[in-house]
Amino acid sequence: MTSADHQPDTRDARQAWLFALPALLGLLFFVLLPFVLSLIISFTNLRLGSPLPLEFVGFRQYQRIFTDQAFLAALRNNALFALIVVPLQTGLAMLLALLINQPMRGMVIFRSLFFMPVVFPLSLVAVVWILVFAPGPQGLLNQVLETVTLGTWQARDFLHDPVWALPAISLTSIWQGVGFQMVILLAALQGIPRELYEAARVDGANRWQQFFCITLPQLRNAIIFVVLVTTILAFRLFDQVQIMTQGGPNHATTTVMYEAVSSAFGSQQVARAAAMTVVFFTIVLLITLLQRAVSRHDKVIE
Amino acid sequence: MIGTHTVIKLFVYLLLMGFAGMFLIPVAMMLFGSFKPDDQVLAQAGRLGHLLPAEFSWYNYRDVFARVPFARYLFNSAFISLCIVAGGLLVNSLAAYAFARLRWPGRDWMLMVVVALMIIPLEAIAVPLFYEVTLLGWRDTYWVQIIPFIANAFSIYLFYTFFLGLPRELEEAARIDGAGPWRIFFRIVMPNAKPVFATVAILNLLTQWGAFLWPLMVTHSEAVRPLPLGIATFYSLPPLQWGDIFAFGVMMVTPVLLIFVLFQHWFVQSVATTGVKG
Repeated sequence: MTSADHQPDTRDARQAWLFALPALLGLLFFVLLPFVLSLIISFTNLRLGSPLPLEFVGFRQYQRIFTDQAFLAALRNNALFALIVVPLQTGLAMLLALLINQPMRGMVIFRSLFFMPVVFPLSLVAVVWILVFAPGPQGLLNQVLETVTLGTWQARDFLHDPVWALPAISLTSIWQGVGFQMVILLAALQGIPRELYEAARVDGANRWQQFFCITLPQLRNAIIFVVLVTTILAFRLFDQVQIMTQGGPNHATTTVMYEAVSSAFGSQQVARAAAMTVVFFTIVLLITLLQRAVSRHDKVIE
Repeated sequence: MIGTHTVIKLFVYLLLMGFAGMFLIPVAMMLFGSFKPDDQVLAQAGRLGHLLPAEFSWYNYRDVFARVPFARYLFNSAFISLCIVAGGLLVNSLAAYAFARLRWPGRDWMLMVVVALMIIPLEAIAVPLFYEVTLLGWRDTYWVQIIPFIANAFSIYLFYTFFLGLPRELEEAARIDGAGPWRIFFRIVMPNAKPVFATVAILNLLTQWGAFLWPLMVTHSEAVRPLPLGIATFYSLPPLQWGDIFAFGVMMVTPVLLIFVLFQHWFVQSVATTGVKG
């Protein structure tokens, strides 16, 4: 801008600051400051109500959490949860989006139905699914599996079974969240220019060829985004664990956030919990950077 | 040719119905179970043939109110969510407008900081934030559940990209007529930015209505606790009565479900926006 229209600018600038100030202060005190604090605290021995003097202890908290069996189990569980949920949820979301995108009647109803669980609070979903996974005759899933396998299925207590507890939580999460991904993919799907398909049809491409040569490449960035969001969500896993299993049985479903909250509360070890959340943030950051790299790569190709 | 086409159509519908069943059954189990006597809920929970209650009874609903302060949880959730949504709409749209249209020193690098802050999830800062509000003496209040969540980097970003896309002509005309930035914002920008306001409101409402981790960390009295903690407490409150829990669940989800049914188009649009913009 030239200085000509800058005359009343100190007043303009002051007003602009007033516009931005409330939000900036909020972000400063409730996002940036805690973020910086979490880094600092993680290098101390901070503990609520502790008589010990506050001191810097270097990497001791990190050394401790990385030799703690529960925390290592938590990291493994988060990774495993991501490995189950990300492909299944993305794949299912894709399938649903493709089905709904068919030019047929009633698709709006199906879209609403599949999206509906997204508005359900996770805590409620977790409680309801406890009954779905119940052992014995009350358990819907056990009953369905028994019917489907013609009685050969051995009813089990999914949420108290070290092998099945995490997959059970995964299923709950997918049920609640898949509609979110579906809607994003559906929007991307509807954004693909129709001419591309018409041209392909003229060239004699069949449905599968159209899907792999047009649909998938066109959806690439949307899929990358959905995968990123789902992966990050997988590492944030907390509500379902707290309600359905409390991290059990024997750390089979504990997660990084569950361990962090337990440390901050159970033993008031704020520094230890902070170190865990720093590890959590590092993972989120790496996933985000990976997504950026992959997306940028895509632009270069174009 | 028409034959294969019809077969494909039929196949698509069958698939969709199958999936619809999977999405509906747990919801139906909750809804119908909430009207059943408690012994029937458990006895019939595993049987799809017995989803419907033999007779509808409001007993469980009355029981919820007798056993827990449901109305209090509901008010708390509504109050907290509304304060965050309303406060957030105002504060974040104003900031976004300053970033998109006004000129002030520091604007560009601060915008970069705001965009960078978007990737910090609440979970990453929950522990120091918990420590911070403890020092402030804010624990177990309403405002500890409201104030930290009003300013929101992602909301600012959504507003910002929308404002950038608005044509400048109307604002310029108003400026020439002597209107200041406040008047321009409230009289011209806001009425033309309804979609983004709806998007931000819906996304924040969904997040806040389900908020669990933070309230669990910073509250302990029923007086300020929201619904998600209410249902978790109720579930762990003996005796375990599934009819009651389902009634609680139905009442807990009905407000958002109603809003969803009424503003369905906006919900779908909002979520789709996160994908496009992200």
